[in-house]
Amino acid sequence: MKETWVILGATSSMARGLARLLAARGAGLLLAGRDMADLEATASDCALRGARFAEAVKFDARDPETFGPIIARLGDEDGSLNCACFVGSMPPQAEIDADPALIEGVIADSFTGPARFITQLAPLIEARQMGAVVGVGSVAGDRGRVGNYVYGASKAGFHAYLSGLRNRLTRAGAHVVTVKPGFVDTAMTWGLPGMFLVAPPEAVGQSILKAVEKGRNVIYTPFFWRYIMMIIRAVPEPIFKKMSI
Amino acid sequence: MWKASEYAGWGRVHRAEGELARPERARAVAALASEGPALGARRSYGDACLVDGGRAVDMGRLDRYLSFDPENGLLTVEAGCALGQIAKDFAGRGWLPAVMPGTGFATVGGGIAMNVHGKNHHGAGAFGDHVTEIRLETPSGAKVAKPGEPLFLATVGGLGQTGIITQATLKLTACKGDLMMVTERRIPDLETFCDLLDASQATYTVGWIDATVWGDNLGRGILEEGETGSGLVPAAKRGKKVPFDAPGWALSSPVVKTFNAAYYRRVPTSGRTVVKPIDDFFFPLDKIHDWNRLYGKAGFHQFQCVLPVDRRDALRKMMDKIARAGLASPLAVLKRMGPGSPGYLSFPTEGYTLAVDFPNRKGAAPLVHDLNAMTLEAGGRIYLAKDSIATAAQVKAMYPDWQIWSEACDAVDPERSLITDIVKRLELRAAT
Repeated sequence: MKETWVILGATSSMARGLARLLAARGAGLLLAGRDMADLEATASDCALRGARFAEAVKFDARDPETFGPIIARLGDEDGSLNCACFVGSMPPQAEIDADPALIEGVIADSFTGPARFITQLAPLIEARQMGAVVGVGSVAGDRGRVGNYVYGASKAGFHAYLSGLRNRLTRAGAHVVTVKPGFVDTAMTWGLPGMFLVAPPEAVGQSILKAVEKGRNVIYTPFFWRYIMMIIRAVPEPIFKKMSI
Repeated sequence: MWKASEYAGWGRVHRAEGELARPERARAVAALASEGPALGARRSYGDACLVDGGRAVDMGRLDRYLSFDPENGLLTVEAGCALGQIAKDFAGRGWLPAVMPGTGFATVGGGIAMNVHGKNHHGAGAFGDHVTEIRLETPSGAKVAKPGEPLFLATVGGLGQTGIITQATLKLTACKGDLMMVTERRIPDLETFCDLLDASQATYTVGWIDATVWGDNLGRGILEEGETGSGLVPAAKRGKKVPFDAPGWALSSPVVKTFNAAYYRRVPTSGRTVVKPIDDFFFPLDKIHDWNRLYGKAGFHQFQCVLPVDRRDALRKMMDKIARAGLASPLAVLKRMGPGSPGYLSFPTEGYTLAVDFPNRKGAAPLVHDLNAMTLEAGGRIYLAKDSIATAAQVKAMYPDWQIWSEACDAVDPERSLITDIVKRLELRAAT
């Protein structure tokens, strides 16, 4: 089965891990992001690892003008069309508290930009009656915490969006996976205090592909974060509001 | 951006506490070039991969293949690519890295900085002989080094002192397939071993030595000669992990002696030819992740020297000393090296190279110290990727070009911001 994937935020190490796995099974890849030199390097890498084709394409979550050409390019391919979205930004909460104008950027990067892109892409996927959308959210979206609640809020919004999209695309035979990574060993978490049970980014790629294959709806990766978050969500608000975790 | 880290060399005798950066994008490297040297997979045994109290740049995330020309085997990669992974990905297409060290986890950048050698050194030379271009980010800007240029000669085997290697172009070597035909033979003593190593016509040749016996059996071992081939063998089994530090007696003298005797007899007296997946032949220990933990918490030393071909007498004396000391582990290797390679501080030179592991017990460090002195006396040199014991005077005498090298490093790193623990210990870039 011929498959083509557009990977949004393909400069992240998690995205790179997924791209390599997809390349190894011969998928066509559109690697989307802002750092074109870096994307070109990943595209060469994927092509040498077996991708049917791998191209770097310009994508800026804050610039919807960049969306159309990518979707048009994707439409040129036959077979299944798929999208994996790793886009997001997490400035330190203290910086946001000092400069509330940063909120709009965080929401655009982590929620509204990707949501607008995927909504624009959805009719194409529906028309093929197959394909998958993988949205990478975060455990931070499961409950707002003092340490990163704006980022958390944007991811919570993205989760709700993905849930609705799943509801919609299921009718067209396509599938939506919500991925909630815990701590992953990426540039975003490198050197942050308080990290534990940190997963390698390649593991996230593997669990994503497994989830797509098995038609899972919402996955935590690594899996045990489901239980950690179950506990965190269960803490009554009067207690939670006094905690700093 | 910077992570406070505690890390060690592969031998785990020396540790460093310092800050590490781990860039994920190529463009981030330029800004780090004045902060500290690059680190690869940290498979150097001693203190070559340590910057205690300073900063270093972990290149592990920059590991992409950038271009490959199937006409001539030229592969351009980012420096963090592991050599074993390249072998795995390209052997099926008929290409292998021209030189592979004993571990596939070693990176391209590390392979250049140590000018690593493999089981084919007698015919193929060292890693740096198959590098056609190196790209670096140095404290004085981005540079490109080509074979023969002073910057290239200072970078190959140059301990990371000329800047962060970001990319390299490797000339891969054609192979018949992704498995090895290996002929194994028992060798009764050192003299026979050296004769057969000298005469070996195989592409890949390596000797395992039982370093626990002396007298008539001194230098007995197994000679392995390999060629690549094609065919079908079951895929290598998944690696196992050493889950904890082994107790001190695990590699004690009686255990090692018994193991070695059995290992020697494993090969029938008439010899045999076996077929192995390439990883099993090139990287036999990689299947056991973290095998360095078998030596326990205290870690271990590896001694590796190369001695001129006319100094078999010195080799015999060394092996006798090692056997009688009762400290050797089962890991002891003898190989014949071919002519030396370019690189001011590059290890491989023509002669016999001996590598032996010693658990870090009482007497191990003094023994290695004596072996270093014997190496110098015999006109040989020790391998800096393994060393943590030699003195500045010894190493400077073994590497006569060290001053040319030091000046070449200063030319790109005038503030000396890339100094690692080994360079500090051996005073290789000290004010002269």
